[in-house]
Amino acid sequence: MNRTRSIIKILGKIEGLPVATVLVVLIIAFMITAPDVFLKWRIYMSFLQTVAPPLILGLGLTFVITAGEIDLSFPATVAFAGYVFTWSFKNFGESMDPSLAAAGGLVLALLAGGMVGYINGVIVAKLNVPSIMVTLAAQFFWYGVTVLLAGGLQAALTTIENNHIHSLFVGRIYGVIPDPARGRIGIPVQALWALALTVFLWFILNRHKFGEAVMFIGDNPNVARVMGINVEATRIQLFTLMGVISAFAGVILTLEMRVFYPTQGQGMLLPVMAAVFIGGTSIAGGVGIIVGTFFGSYIIGSLEAGVVATGISGFWVQLVQGLVMGGSIILNTLLIEGRLNVLGQRFRQWGMPVGTGYTPEGQIPPQSGD
Amino acid sequence: MVEKSDHPYALQMVNIEKYFGLVCALKNINLQVGRNEIVGLIGDNGAGKSTMVKILTGVHQPTRGELYVAGRKVDLKRYNVKTAHEYGIETVYQDKSLGEKQVLWRNFFIGRQITRRFGFIDVKKEKEIANEIMLNTIGFRGKGITVDSKVNKLSGGERQGVAIGRAMHFEAELIVLDEPTVALSLKEVRKVLNFVHKIKEAGKACIYISHNLQDVYEISDRFVVLDRGEIVASIEKKDTSLQDLDDFLLTYAHGLKDKRES
Repeated sequence: MNRTRSIIKILGKIEGLPVATVLVVLIIAFMITAPDVFLKWRIYMSFLQTVAPPLILGLGLTFVITAGEIDLSFPATVAFAGYVFTWSFKNFGESMDPSLAAAGGLVLALLAGGMVGYINGVIVAKLNVPSIMVTLAAQFFWYGVTVLLAGGLQAALTTIENNHIHSLFVGRIYGVIPDPARGRIGIPVQALWALALTVFLWFILNRHKFGEAVMFIGDNPNVARVMGINVEATRIQLFTLMGVISAFAGVILTLEMRVFYPTQGQGMLLPVMAAVFIGGTSIAGGVGIIVGTFFGSYIIGSLEAGVVATGISGFWVQLVQGLVMGGSIILNTLLIEGRLNVLGQRFRQWGMPVGTGYTPEGQIPPQSGD
Repeated sequence: MVEKSDHPYALQMVNIEKYFGLVCALKNINLQVGRNEIVGLIGDNGAGKSTMVKILTGVHQPTRGELYVAGRKVDLKRYNVKTAHEYGIETVYQDKSLGEKQVLWRNFFIGRQITRRFGFIDVKKEKEIANEIMLNTIGFRGKGITVDSKVNKLSGGERQGVAIGRAMHFEAELIVLDEPTVALSLKEVRKVLNFVHKIKEAGKACIYISHNLQDVYEISDRFVVLDRGEIVASIEKKDTSLQDLDDFLLTYAHGLKDKRES
């Protein structure tokens, strides 16, 4: 009993392990129920491609939620940045080298995203308006701006395919995956960018002054303030970072689709939030789990395809998604707080017939030895 | 212990006054705290204790007056929480000293991280020093608490111990303890008082603010009584007993009450 408890304790300390386990179990289940799809490489390459933008967004949102804030405006930022990139590429592309034009478009898009975030941050930090209200308004506003600027129309980027920027951010690496059909299965480069960003942002959150400030502000802004952290400046930096990250995700999305459409990013709000929560980051703030967000994004990204491939009706997709999300979040909360043994006790209680001398206190053993 | 200067006083407040609009919160405050003196600051609710703490720690600026830390004149215009740390004033609050969900080593260095290039934290070094503070400065022994423990696993008294240890580590000239034992059980209060004794042993100065006269009496060298924004008495411990001090405060409070009624 003690041994299993200490094992659980150690497992709970490895960042993101519970959610990684859920992902592995899920994939194994799909391999059993849909071997035709899940025992081939192609579906995984498809995941690597589709999960990259929401994963990148989730990493930024992990920071925001850790600081005890929320950002609802990232879908609009994705669209706005996509528009800025497309506009720049089309306009500069006529007079200069297309790759240079695309690079310029990327820089402008990141600046635009940073500006959206900066404005959010200033309103939250300086005017003390709750971030859920500020960013909800920003979501409507910037989506509106994008629709206006684009005239409600989508724009195809037909010439982007052979562009260096295209190859650099959303190209394919061939020859790594064994491929009997000869040469059409490559690793999507955006997955590597998302991975690199995961590692980089893990270090920023867990090993950098900025990340520590974010955690303390989310924990208790008053403590952060009396310990000499500049709470306002950190909040502004935080929202600016989220804006830049959202813009990057937007450009990746536009490049991959080779078309900009004003509603791009609009369906992403809830799945990205779900991925962050599945990963173990708490809405209460103070704790952020980057590795959890990484695996959480892949869980969200693989559920729909997995359920459909299993052959059960598409009507089941949302129900299964809800179940997996709920289960992961409960598992995470209990593991992180070291209360898994409590769960075991609860199940035993529920299994008991009523009136067998059950006392709530008596059933739950003390956590430590004393 | 490193002596920063030979000045006899850790803190001097000279003619400090504080107005909030037209309301006078503090007037004519003159207070000296010796290099290794523990001063108990007593007073009823609204006497101005917390205003005084906020001025000392840089949260509020005084309307008038001068402040010296170890003989060094404080530039009050540029005085805030961060510069208060630079002057050597550390504060332990009732409940907002530590980030509850954060590990101990982060709490020791928050706001003053040991960094390598580009602002990345030197975790190994911070943990080493945090461990050193835990074992030697505040004497945490065993019970499964390490520098990797989260603050919410600690009891109330232990938390205050961590905050006091942190203040001592950063070579504070003066440690301000603002109601550190409110809402603690007797056993935990005992722990906190033991930590405060360590401040005295380490040769540092301290202002201890509490409602509990018994606690103040035990650890203080001198008592300063604040009433309605003014210092009304300064009594050496050797000149009084707990009973006398208690009587004094009661009659004082009643005297004022009578005056107000008449």
